[in-house]
Amino acid sequence: MTTVESYAKITHVEAAPRGLIGGAPIVLDETKRKYRREPGFPVPILIAPATAWLIVFLFLPLISIFIFSFWKTTGHGMSPAFTLEHYRDFFITEGFFDPNKPEFLTPSVFIRTLWTTFRFTITVMAICLILAYPLAYFLSMQVEDFKWQLTLFLLAMVPFWTSYLIRAVAWLPMLGRHGLINEFLVGIGVIDEPVSFFLYSEFSYTMALVQLYVVLAVGPIFFSLAKIDRTLLEAARDMGATPFQIFREIIAPLSLPGVAIGMIFVFVMIMGEFATAVVVYGGKTSTTGTVILNYYAIANYPFAAVNAFMLMLAMMIGVVIILRLVDIRKEL
Amino acid sequence: MARSTPEHRRKFRVKAGFSVYYAIFLIFVYGPMFAMFTLSFQGPRGGVTFPMRGLSFFWWEKLTGPSAVGDLKASLGRSLILAIVVMIITALFSTMLAMAFRKRFRGSGALFYAVMSGLMVPGVLLSLGLASMLRQLGMSPAWWYSALGVHVVWTLPFGFLVMMAVFNRFDARLEEAARDMGADEWTVFKEVTLPLITPGIVAAGLFGFTLSYDEFARTTLLAGANNTLPLDINASLTQRVQPTLFALGTASTIFSLLMIGVFIVIYTILYRRSR
Repeated sequence: MTTVESYAKITHVEAAPRGLIGGAPIVLDETKRKYRREPGFPVPILIAPATAWLIVFLFLPLISIFIFSFWKTTGHGMSPAFTLEHYRDFFITEGFFDPNKPEFLTPSVFIRTLWTTFRFTITVMAICLILAYPLAYFLSMQVEDFKWQLTLFLLAMVPFWTSYLIRAVAWLPMLGRHGLINEFLVGIGVIDEPVSFFLYSEFSYTMALVQLYVVLAVGPIFFSLAKIDRTLLEAARDMGATPFQIFREIIAPLSLPGVAIGMIFVFVMIMGEFATAVVVYGGKTSTTGTVILNYYAIANYPFAAVNAFMLMLAMMIGVVIILRLVDIRKEL
Repeated sequence: MARSTPEHRRKFRVKAGFSVYYAIFLIFVYGPMFAMFTLSFQGPRGGVTFPMRGLSFFWWEKLTGPSAVGDLKASLGRSLILAIVVMIITALFSTMLAMAFRKRFRGSGALFYAVMSGLMVPGVLLSLGLASMLRQLGMSPAWWYSALGVHVVWTLPFGFLVMMAVFNRFDARLEEAARDMGADEWTVFKEVTLPLITPGIVAAGLFGFTLSYDEFARTTLLAGANNTLPLDINASLTQRVQPTLFALGTASTIFSLLMIGVFIVIYTILYRRSR
C-alpha cells in the first residue's frame, strides 16, 4: 500500500461519521470542485450594466416600433389599439383594385420609396466595393512595412471619425455649376460650358454617399486580407501559379468574409440614410428614412412606425441574402 | 533596383499602379474637405463656390460673432460633454464586457449579437423608437439621457471589438502568478490587468468620443429642446448656405482631427509603457 492510498483510506474512514466532528466533511466533494468560482470578477456583475443599457436603449425602442405600428392615430398622437390600417395604407393606394383608375395595380408611393432606397443602396454598395477592394489589397499585400501599412490605413480611415454632415456639405463647392469639377472639365476642354447636373442630382447623391461610406468597406476587407497566411501564396507561386491564379484560387475566396462584412456595413448604413439627400440632392428625392421623419413631424407616429418596420424587414432580408452567399462565421 | 529582371520590373509597375490608385482615393476622400477649408477664407463678397474673391477671415469672424446660427457655443459645449460621457461609458462597458467574454457563460452568444446589433440598426430607427416610446411614457427627450443612451448603443460595439482583440493577445499567466502569490481580485485587476490593457481602453474611448461628437442621425429626434453641434449644422443647412458654414465645418473637422491626434499620442505613450 502506497502512502497516498493509505492516506486516502484513513481520511475516508475518519470522514465517515459525519456530523460528529462539527458536521464538516473532510474529503473534497467532486461536485463542489466543479462549481468552484472561476478566477476574475463574477460574470453577472460584468455584464449587468451593459445588458440593462441595451435593453432600455436598443430593444425597447425596436419593440415599441413594432407595437406602435398597430396603434391608431388620434391626430396629435396615438392610442393603444390593434389596427392594420397603417399597413394597408403602406401597401395599397386608393384605386389599386379598380381597373378604371390610373392607379390600377400601381404599387403605393411608400413601396416605391422603399424600393428606390433599396436599389440605390445596392448601386452605392457595389461602387464602394469596387473602390475599396483594390485599396485594401494594396495596403495589405503591396505595402510590406508594418508601420507604413498602419499609417496609410489610418490615413484612409480618418474621415470615418469626422462629421459626415460636414463631409456632405463639402461636396457643394465641388459639384455646383461653378464648382471645381465643372471648372476642371471646361478647363481641359471636355465641355464648352458648365453643366448643372452635377449638383442636386442622382450623380451628386451617389458621389457623396460613396465618399461617405467607402471607408466602412475598406476596414473589414483589409483585415481579412491581412490575415491570409503568406506561406500559402509562396507555395502557390513555387508551384508555378500565375498572379491571377493566386488571386482567383486563394486570395479572393479567403477575403470573402471581409467583403461580406463590409457589404453589410455599407448596406445597413445607406438603407437608413436620410440627411445626405437633403444636402446634395436638394431634398428632391425621398428615402424611407425621410418618410419616417416626415410622418413623425406631423405626429403620425404609427405610420412612421410602419415605414420603420418595413425598412427593418428589408434590411434583414438584405443581410440574410449576404450571409447566405458568404459564410462569415469563421471571421467572428 | 539592384537586379532589374523582367519579374522585378513587373512587380514595380504593379506597385506603382496601386500607389497611384491610393493617391487618387485620398484625393477623392479628402479633396472636397480641402475645397471647403479654402473657401472658408473667402472674401466678404465671395460666395460658396470658387473663384475666391479676396482672402479674409470675414466668415470666421461672423462665426464667432453674436449673429451666428443659433447659439453655437452652447451646442458645442453640449456636444463635448456628451462625447466625454459617452467616451467614459463606452470604455467602461466594453472593458467589463470583454472581461466577461474571457470566460464561458450562458447567453454569451446572445449577448454578443445584442452588442453587435448596435452597429446594424440605423440611427433613424432608434431615434424614432425611443422618441415615440418616451412620448408615450409622458417623458420628453433630452440630449443628456436619451441621446446619450443611443450614442452608447452605437459606440459600444466598436469599443467592445477593440477590447476583445486586446484580451485575445493577453497573457493570462501574469494574473495567475499574482493570484498564486495571494493577491485578491481587485489587486490583480489594478496591479496586473489594468496597466496592460490601458492602451486598449484609450482606443475604445477614442471610438466613443469621436463617433458621439459627430453623431447626427441618432440625435435627430432625441436631443429635446437643446441642440447639439451636428443638429445646429443641419439646421443651418436649411437656410441659404454661406461660407460661414464652411468655417464651421473646417473648425469642427480640425477639432476632430486634433482629438484623433491626441488619442493616438496617448495611445502610443501608454502602449510603450505597457511593454
